[in-house]
Amino acid sequence: MNEHDRDRMKMLLQQALPPVEGEPEPSRDLWPAVLRRIDSRPTAVPWFDWALLGGLVGLVALFPASIPVFLYYL
Amino acid sequence: MQIQASDTLTHFQQGCPGTYFAAFETLFHQHQRAIYGWILRIVRDPAAAEDLTVETFMRIHDAHARFQPERGFEGWARRIATHAALDHLRRRRPQNELHADLPVPAGTDPAVCEEIRRKTALAFGRLPPKLRIAAVLAVVEERPHREVAEALGITVAAVKLRVFRALRLLRKDLESQGIRP
Repeated sequence: MNEHDRDRMKMLLQQALPPVEGEPEPSRDLWPAVLRRIDSRPTAVPWFDWALLGGLVGLVALFPASIPVFLYYL
Repeated sequence: MQIQASDTLTHFQQGCPGTYFAAFETLFHQHQRAIYGWILRIVRDPAAAEDLTVETFMRIHDAHARFQPERGFEGWARRIATHAALDHLRRRRPQNELHADLPVPAGTDPAVCEEIRRKTALAFGRLPPKLRIAAVLAVVEERPHREVAEALGITVAAVKLRVFRALRLLRKDLESQGIRP
């Protein structure tokens, strides 16, 4: 594709998809929508916390004698 | 809570409970319009651009701890916005019609050009989203290659390559439909 072809394609593309003029504004203030999204978000527990809890429960189940040690450090 | 304008970025980055939201809101209102305009240029649909602006600021909120104040907010936010728009284009099926809200260029003969315009826009919508973003920003919107490269997180050479590939694929598509650009 040479320079001429590229210019033709550019012109065609600009006619098909006219550039957005100026600095467009959203139709409304979007800050309330951001706040709603933040508020509606469920509190997610990170997977690492679940893994840690699972490991701890497994350890206690396998070695019940370790329970006083854990209680001591809590 | 009122915070000093010069401290906004620091309060935002540090995420202190007392000042974080005030800083975030300030940054939102300072940059909402620019981010919306940037996204609109990519997705060319005002309603989708508004949703993606909200999505962008949600991602910014999630990533505030990784923000580096010395590198500036706008470029970082624009990069996040570009990736949100890219995800949107990947999810969306290719367009079947031109968006009615965007202006028709002046000086074109509607009877002759409408069909070619429509086919060009549809062919453009079939391009891979990565190529489409590079082409729409660099060719249609005539943004500097360096700015496009920063927004996409790639090099200027990669932007040029994507634009070249986009135009070549578009040309092939149009030729297959009997349109000789």
